[in-house]
Amino acid sequence: MDRSEIENRIKNLLVSELGLDESRVSAEATFEEDLEVDSLGVVELLMALEDEFGVKIPDEEAEEIGTVGEAVDVVEAKLAG
Amino acid sequence: MLLDGRRLLITGVLTNDSIAWHTARVAQEQGAEIVLTGFGRGMRLTERSARRLPEPPDVLELDINDPDHLRDLTADLSKRWGSLDGALHAIAFAPEDALGGNFLNTPPESAQTAFMTSAFSFKTLAAGLLGLFEEAGGGSLVTLDFDNRQAWPAYDWMGVAKAALESVTRYLARDLGPHGIRVNAVSAGPLATVAARSIPGVDLFEKAWGGRAPLGWDLNDPEPVARMVCVLFSDWAPATSGELIHVDGGFHAIAAGGGE
Repeated sequence: MDRSEIENRIKNLLVSELGLDESRVSAEATFEEDLEVDSLGVVELLMALEDEFGVKIPDEEAEEIGTVGEAVDVVEAKLAG
Repeated sequence: MLLDGRRLLITGVLTNDSIAWHTARVAQEQGAEIVLTGFGRGMRLTERSARRLPEPPDVLELDINDPDHLRDLTADLSKRWGSLDGALHAIAFAPEDALGGNFLNTPPESAQTAFMTSAFSFKTLAAGLLGLFEEAGGGSLVTLDFDNRQAWPAYDWMGVAKAALESVTRYLARDLGPHGIRVNAVSAGPLATVAARSIPGVDLFEKAWGGRAPLGWDLNDPEPVARMVCVLFSDWAPATSGELIHVDGGFHAIAAGGGE
Protein backbone atom coordinates (compact mmCIF):
# COMPACT_ATOMS: atom_id res chain seq x y z
CA MET A 1 0.00 0.00 0.00
CA ASP A 2 1.56 3.35 -0.95
CA ARG A 3 1.48 6.49 1.13
CA SER A 4 -1.25 8.26 -0.82
CA GLU A 5 -3.56 5.26 -0.45
CA ILE A 6 -2.94 5.16 3.32
CA GLU A 7 -3.62 8.89 3.51
CA ASN A 8 -6.86 8.56 1.55
CA ARG A 9 -8.12 5.70 3.68
CA ILE A 10 -7.33 7.62 6.87
CA LYS A 11 -9.13 10.71 5.56
CA ASN A 12 -12.16 8.59 4.68
CA LEU A 13 -12.14 7.09 8.20
CA LEU A 14 -12.05 10.54 9.79
CA VAL A 15 -15.11 11.56 7.81
CA SER A 16 -17.11 8.33 8.11
CA GLU A 17 -16.20 7.26 11.68
CA LEU A 18 -15.45 10.50 13.51
CA GLY A 19 -17.88 12.61 11.52
CA LEU A 20 -15.31 15.26 10.62
CA ASP A 21 -15.86 17.79 7.86
CA GLU A 22 -13.99 16.57 4.76
CA SER A 23 -12.89 20.07 3.72
CA ARG A 24 -11.02 20.56 7.01
CA VAL A 25 -9.10 17.27 6.89
CA SER A 26 -5.61 17.91 5.49
CA ALA A 27 -2.23 16.31 6.20
CA GLU A 28 -1.20 19.34 8.26
CA ALA A 29 -4.39 19.53 10.32
CA THR A 30 -3.89 18.86 14.05
CA PHE A 31 -6.48 16.61 15.70
CA GLU A 32 -6.75 18.56 18.93
CA GLU A 33 -6.76 22.17 17.68
CA ASP A 34 -7.78 22.18 14.01
CA LEU A 35 -10.18 19.24 14.02
CA GLU A 36 -11.34 19.59 17.65
CA VAL A 37 -11.11 15.88 18.38
CA ASP A 38 -11.33 15.28 22.17
CA SER A 39 -9.71 12.49 24.19
CA LEU A 40 -12.54 10.02 23.55
CA GLY A 41 -12.34 10.87 19.83
CA VAL A 42 -8.61 10.16 19.83
CA VAL A 43 -9.23 6.74 21.39
CA GLU A 44 -11.84 6.02 18.73
CA LEU A 45 -9.47 7.16 15.99
CA LEU A 46 -6.73 4.82 17.21
CA MET A 47 -9.07 1.83 17.35
CA ALA A 48 -10.43 2.71 13.91
CA LEU A 49 -6.89 2.86 12.49
CA GLU A 50 -6.04 -0.50 14.06
CA ASP A 51 -9.17 -2.11 12.64
CA GLU A 52 -8.78 -0.52 9.19
CA PHE A 53 -5.13 -1.45 8.69
CA GLY A 54 -4.87 -4.56 10.88
CA VAL A 55 -2.05 -3.08 12.96
CA LYS A 56 -1.47 -2.54 16.69
CA ILE A 57 -0.49 0.98 17.74
CA PRO A 58 1.08 1.04 21.24
CA ASP A 59 0.45 4.05 23.52
CA GLU A 60 4.01 5.39 23.15
CA GLU A 61 3.59 5.62 19.37
CA ALA A 62 0.03 6.90 19.64
CA GLU A 63 1.29 9.83 21.70
CA GLU A 64 3.39 10.99 18.74
CA ILE A 65 0.34 11.43 16.55
CA GLY A 66 -0.60 15.11 16.53
CA THR A 67 -1.60 15.67 12.91
CA VAL A 68 -3.29 13.68 10.17
CA GLY A 69 0.09 13.39 8.42
CA GLU A 70 1.67 11.93 11.56
CA ALA A 71 -1.09 9.32 11.71
CA VAL A 72 -0.14 8.40 8.12
CA ASP A 73 3.54 8.17 9.21
CA VAL A 74 2.77 5.77 12.05
CA VAL A 75 0.55 3.52 9.93
CA GLU A 76 3.05 3.55 7.06
CA ALA A 77 5.87 2.51 9.43
CA LYS A 78 3.70 -0.26 10.91
CA LEU A 79 2.79 -1.66 7.51
CA ALA A 80 6.43 -1.50 6.37
CA GLY A 81 7.61 -3.57 9.13
CA MET B 1 -14.89 -24.69 32.52
CA LEU B 2 -15.36 -22.20 35.33
CA LEU B 3 -18.38 -20.42 33.85
CA ASP B 4 -20.00 -23.03 31.61
CA GLY B 5 -23.51 -21.93 30.67
CA ARG B 6 -23.43 -18.78 32.82
CA ARG B 7 -25.22 -15.74 31.47
CA LEU B 8 -23.52 -12.49 32.33
CA LEU B 9 -24.14 -8.80 31.80
CA ILE B 10 -20.97 -6.75 31.52
CA THR B 11 -21.06 -2.96 31.64
CA GLY B 12 -18.15 -0.58 31.24
CA VAL B 13 -16.34 -1.90 28.17
CA LEU B 14 -14.88 1.11 26.38
CA THR B 15 -11.69 -0.15 24.71
CA ASN B 16 -9.89 -3.46 24.67
CA ASP B 17 -7.74 -2.09 27.51
CA SER B 18 -10.80 -1.83 29.78
CA ILE B 19 -10.89 -4.12 32.83
CA ALA B 20 -14.45 -4.97 31.75
CA TRP B 21 -13.22 -6.03 28.27
CA HIS B 22 -10.71 -8.44 29.79
CA THR B 23 -13.40 -9.74 32.14
CA ALA B 24 -15.64 -10.37 29.11
CA ARG B 25 -12.80 -12.16 27.31
CA VAL B 26 -11.91 -14.41 30.27
CA ALA B 27 -15.61 -15.12 30.91
CA GLN B 28 -16.08 -16.21 27.29
CA GLU B 29 -12.95 -18.35 27.43
CA GLN B 30 -14.47 -19.97 30.53
CA GLY B 31 -17.74 -20.79 28.77
CA ALA B 32 -19.99 -17.86 29.68
CA GLU B 33 -22.50 -16.19 27.39
CA ILE B 34 -22.33 -12.43 27.69
CA VAL B 35 -24.01 -9.20 26.69
CA LEU B 36 -22.26 -5.83 26.94
CA THR B 37 -23.68 -2.40 27.56
CA GLY B 38 -22.40 0.87 26.15
CA PHE B 39 -23.26 4.49 26.71
CA GLY B 40 -23.70 7.61 24.60
CA ARG B 41 -20.73 8.53 22.44
CA GLY B 42 -18.87 5.55 23.86
CA MET B 43 -21.32 3.13 22.19
CA ARG B 44 -19.33 3.06 18.95
CA LEU B 45 -16.16 2.28 20.88
CA THR B 46 -17.90 -0.48 22.83
CA GLU B 47 -19.18 -1.98 19.57
CA ARG B 48 -15.68 -1.85 18.08
CA SER B 49 -14.24 -3.48 21.22
CA ALA B 50 -16.99 -6.13 21.18
CA ARG B 51 -15.82 -7.22 17.72
CA ARG B 52 -12.36 -7.88 19.20
CA LEU B 53 -13.69 -10.44 21.69
CA PRO B 54 -13.40 -14.20 20.96
CA GLU B 55 -17.20 -14.32 20.28
CA PRO B 56 -18.44 -10.82 19.41
CA PRO B 57 -21.41 -10.23 21.77
CA ASP B 58 -24.38 -7.89 21.40
CA VAL B 59 -24.06 -4.38 22.83
CA LEU B 60 -27.13 -2.83 24.43
CA GLU B 61 -27.44 0.84 25.32
CA LEU B 62 -27.43 1.73 29.01
CA ASP B 63 -27.19 5.17 30.54
CA ILE B 64 -27.52 4.03 34.15
CA ASN B 65 -29.14 7.34 35.11
CA ASP B 66 -31.93 6.84 32.54
CA PRO B 67 -34.78 4.63 33.87
CA ASP B 68 -36.04 3.97 30.31
CA HIS B 69 -32.71 2.42 29.33
CA LEU B 70 -32.71 0.12 32.34
CA ARG B 71 -36.28 -0.96 31.62
CA ASP B 72 -35.44 -1.72 27.97
CA LEU B 73 -32.30 -3.59 29.04
CA THR B 74 -34.10 -5.86 31.49
CA ALA B 75 -36.87 -6.47 28.94
CA ASP B 76 -34.25 -7.51 26.37
CA LEU B 77 -32.44 -9.84 28.80
CA SER B 78 -35.73 -11.29 29.93
CA LYS B 79 -36.66 -12.14 26.33
CA ARG B 80 -33.14 -13.30 25.44
CA TRP B 81 -32.30 -15.47 28.45
CA GLY B 82 -35.22 -15.33 30.91
CA SER B 83 -32.72 -15.13 33.78
CA LEU B 84 -29.27 -13.81 34.67
CA ASP B 85 -26.38 -15.34 36.65
CA GLY B 86 -24.08 -12.38 37.09
CA ALA B 87 -23.41 -8.74 36.31
CA LEU B 88 -20.33 -6.55 36.37
CA HIS B 89 -20.89 -2.94 37.38
CA ALA B 90 -17.97 -1.00 35.86
CA ILE B 91 -19.55 2.44 35.79
CA ALA B 92 -18.03 5.63 37.15
CA PHE B 93 -17.89 9.28 36.28
CA ALA B 94 -16.82 12.51 37.94
CA PRO B 95 -16.81 15.97 36.36
CA GLU B 96 -13.37 17.48 35.76
CA ASP B 97 -13.67 19.90 38.68
CA ALA B 98 -14.23 16.99 41.09
CA LEU B 99 -10.78 15.49 40.43
CA GLY B 100 -7.14 16.41 40.26
CA GLY B 101 -6.50 18.51 43.36
CA ASN B 102 -9.58 20.73 43.43
CA PHE B 103 -11.07 19.03 46.51
CA LEU B 104 -11.69 22.15 48.57
CA ASN B 105 -13.35 24.02 45.71
CA THR B 106 -15.46 21.35 44.02
CA PRO B 107 -19.07 22.53 43.70
CA PRO B 108 -21.66 20.29 45.38
CA GLU B 109 -23.33 19.46 42.04
CA SER B 110 -20.10 17.92 40.76
CA ALA B 111 -19.61 15.85 43.90
CA GLN B 112 -23.22 14.74 43.64
CA THR B 113 -22.81 13.70 40.00
CA ALA B 114 -19.78 11.60 40.98
CA PHE B 115 -21.84 9.93 43.74
CA MET B 116 -24.90 9.29 41.55
CA THR B 117 -23.05 7.80 38.60
CA SER B 118 -20.31 5.96 40.49
CA ALA B 119 -21.99 4.70 43.69
CA PHE B 120 -25.78 5.01 43.64
CA SER B 121 -25.75 3.45 40.16
CA PHE B 122 -24.71 0.08 41.65
CA LYS B 123 -27.99 0.04 43.59
CA THR B 124 -29.86 1.11 40.46
CA LEU B 125 -28.37 -1.73 38.42
CA ALA B 126 -28.89 -4.29 41.20
CA ALA B 127 -32.53 -3.35 41.74
CA GLY B 128 -33.19 -3.39 38.00
CA LEU B 129 -31.74 -6.88 37.59
CA LEU B 130 -33.23 -8.41 40.75
CA GLY B 131 -36.11 -10.15 38.95
CA LEU B 132 -33.74 -11.77 36.45
CA PHE B 133 -31.47 -13.02 39.24
CA GLU B 134 -34.48 -14.46 41.06
CA GLU B 135 -35.39 -16.41 37.92
CA ALA B 136 -31.90 -17.95 38.08
CA GLY B 137 -32.32 -18.77 41.79
CA GLY B 138 -29.62 -16.28 42.79
CA GLY B 139 -26.52 -14.76 41.28
CA SER B 140 -23.42 -12.66 41.68
CA LEU B 141 -22.99 -8.89 41.40
CA VAL B 142 -19.50 -7.45 41.17
CA THR B 143 -18.41 -3.83 41.08
CA LEU B 144 -15.02 -2.36 40.22
CA ASP B 145 -13.59 -0.30 43.03
CA PHE B 146 -10.44 1.59 43.86
CA ASP B 147 -9.89 1.13 47.60
CA ASN B 148 -10.85 4.40 49.27
CA ARG B 149 -10.64 3.57 52.94
CA GLN B 150 -7.74 6.02 52.79
CA ALA B 151 -7.16 9.25 50.85
CA TRP B 152 -5.17 9.30 47.60
CA PRO B 153 -3.48 12.08 45.66
CA ALA B 154 -5.69 13.53 42.89
CA TYR B 155 -8.65 11.15 43.33
CA ASP B 156 -10.70 13.66 45.34
CA TRP B 157 -14.51 13.38 45.03
CA MET B 158 -14.16 10.27 42.87
CA GLY B 159 -12.52 8.79 45.96
CA VAL B 160 -15.43 9.83 48.15
CA ALA B 161 -17.77 8.24 45.61
CA LYS B 162 -15.72 5.02 45.65
CA ALA B 163 -15.88 4.96 49.47
CA ALA B 164 -19.65 5.25 49.10
CA LEU B 165 -19.60 2.44 46.53
CA GLU B 166 -17.85 0.20 49.06
CA SER B 167 -20.65 0.94 51.53
CA VAL B 168 -23.35 0.41 48.86
CA THR B 169 -21.77 -3.02 48.27
CA ARG B 170 -22.28 -3.95 51.92
CA TYR B 171 -25.88 -2.73 52.04
CA LEU B 172 -26.71 -4.53 48.79
CA ALA B 173 -25.14 -7.69 50.24
CA ARG B 174 -27.46 -7.28 53.24
CA ASP B 175 -30.62 -6.83 51.22
CA LEU B 176 -29.91 -9.24 48.33
CA GLY B 177 -28.39 -12.09 50.36
CA PRO B 178 -31.84 -13.50 51.18
CA HIS B 179 -32.43 -13.72 47.39
CA GLY B 180 -29.29 -15.82 47.00
CA ILE B 181 -27.37 -12.95 45.44
CA ARG B 182 -23.76 -12.32 46.40
CA VAL B 183 -22.48 -8.74 46.12
CA ASN B 184 -18.77 -7.92 46.12
CA ALA B 185 -16.34 -5.18 45.15
CA VAL B 186 -13.00 -5.87 43.49
CA SER B 187 -10.39 -3.25 44.25
CA ALA B 188 -7.81 -3.17 41.48
CA GLY B 189 -4.38 -1.59 41.49
CA PRO B 190 -3.91 1.19 38.93
CA LEU B 191 -4.19 0.12 35.30
CA ALA B 192 -3.42 2.01 32.11
CA THR B 193 -7.00 2.34 30.88
CA VAL B 194 -8.88 5.23 29.27
CA ALA B 195 -10.63 5.77 32.61
CA ALA B 196 -7.31 6.02 34.47
CA ARG B 197 -5.78 8.38 31.90
CA SER B 198 -8.67 10.76 32.48
CA ILE B 199 -7.64 11.29 36.14
CA PRO B 200 -5.16 14.17 36.31
CA GLY B 201 -2.31 13.24 38.67
CA VAL B 202 -2.92 9.49 38.51
CA ASP B 203 0.80 8.97 37.77
CA LEU B 204 1.57 10.07 41.36
CA PHE B 205 0.37 6.76 42.78
CA GLU B 206 1.04 4.63 39.72
CA LYS B 207 4.76 5.24 40.29
CA ALA B 208 4.69 4.04 43.89
CA TRP B 209 2.75 0.85 43.20
CA GLY B 210 5.24 -1.54 41.64
CA GLY B 211 7.88 -0.90 44.30
CA ARG B 212 5.59 -1.35 47.27
CA ALA B 213 3.40 -4.25 46.15
CA PRO B 214 5.06 -7.47 47.42
CA LEU B 215 4.05 -9.30 44.23
CA GLY B 216 4.94 -6.38 41.97
CA TRP B 217 2.35 -4.79 39.72
CA ASP B 218 1.95 -4.48 35.95
CA LEU B 219 -0.03 -1.37 34.95
CA ASN B 220 -0.68 -2.92 31.55
CA ASP B 221 -2.13 -6.25 32.65
CA PRO B 222 -5.81 -6.25 33.66
CA GLU B 223 -6.01 -10.07 33.53
CA PRO B 224 -5.52 -10.67 37.30
CA VAL B 225 -8.52 -8.41 37.99
CA ALA B 226 -10.58 -10.06 35.24
CA ARG B 227 -9.85 -13.51 36.70
CA MET B 228 -10.96 -12.48 40.19
CA VAL B 229 -14.23 -11.11 38.81
CA CYS B 230 -14.77 -14.43 37.01
CA VAL B 231 -14.07 -16.37 40.21
CA LEU B 232 -16.78 -14.30 41.91
CA PHE B 233 -19.16 -15.14 39.03
CA SER B 234 -18.39 -18.85 39.50
CA ASP B 235 -19.41 -21.41 42.12
CA TRP B 236 -16.05 -21.06 43.84
CA ALA B 237 -16.91 -18.17 46.17
CA PRO B 238 -20.31 -19.39 47.39
CA ALA B 239 -20.18 -17.84 50.88
CA THR B 240 -18.44 -14.56 50.06
CA SER B 241 -20.56 -11.40 50.06
CA GLY B 242 -20.23 -7.76 51.10
CA GLU B 243 -16.48 -8.11 50.62
CA LEU B 244 -13.85 -5.74 49.29
CA ILE B 245 -11.36 -7.98 47.49
CA HIS B 246 -7.99 -6.51 46.57
CA VAL B 247 -6.28 -7.43 43.34
CA ASP B 248 -3.37 -5.06 43.75
CA GLY B 249 -0.23 -7.16 44.09
CA GLY B 250 -0.60 -6.91 47.89
CA PHE B 251 -0.05 -3.13 47.95
CA HIS B 252 -2.83 -2.49 50.47
CA ALA B 253 -1.12 -4.62 53.13
CA ILE B 254 2.13 -2.65 53.12
CA ALA B 255 2.38 0.76 54.78
CA ALA B 256 5.52 2.22 53.21
CA GLY B 257 8.22 1.57 50.64
CA GLY B 258 8.45 1.88 46.89
CA GLY B 259 8.38 5.53 45.91
CA GLU B 260 9.73 5.16 42.41
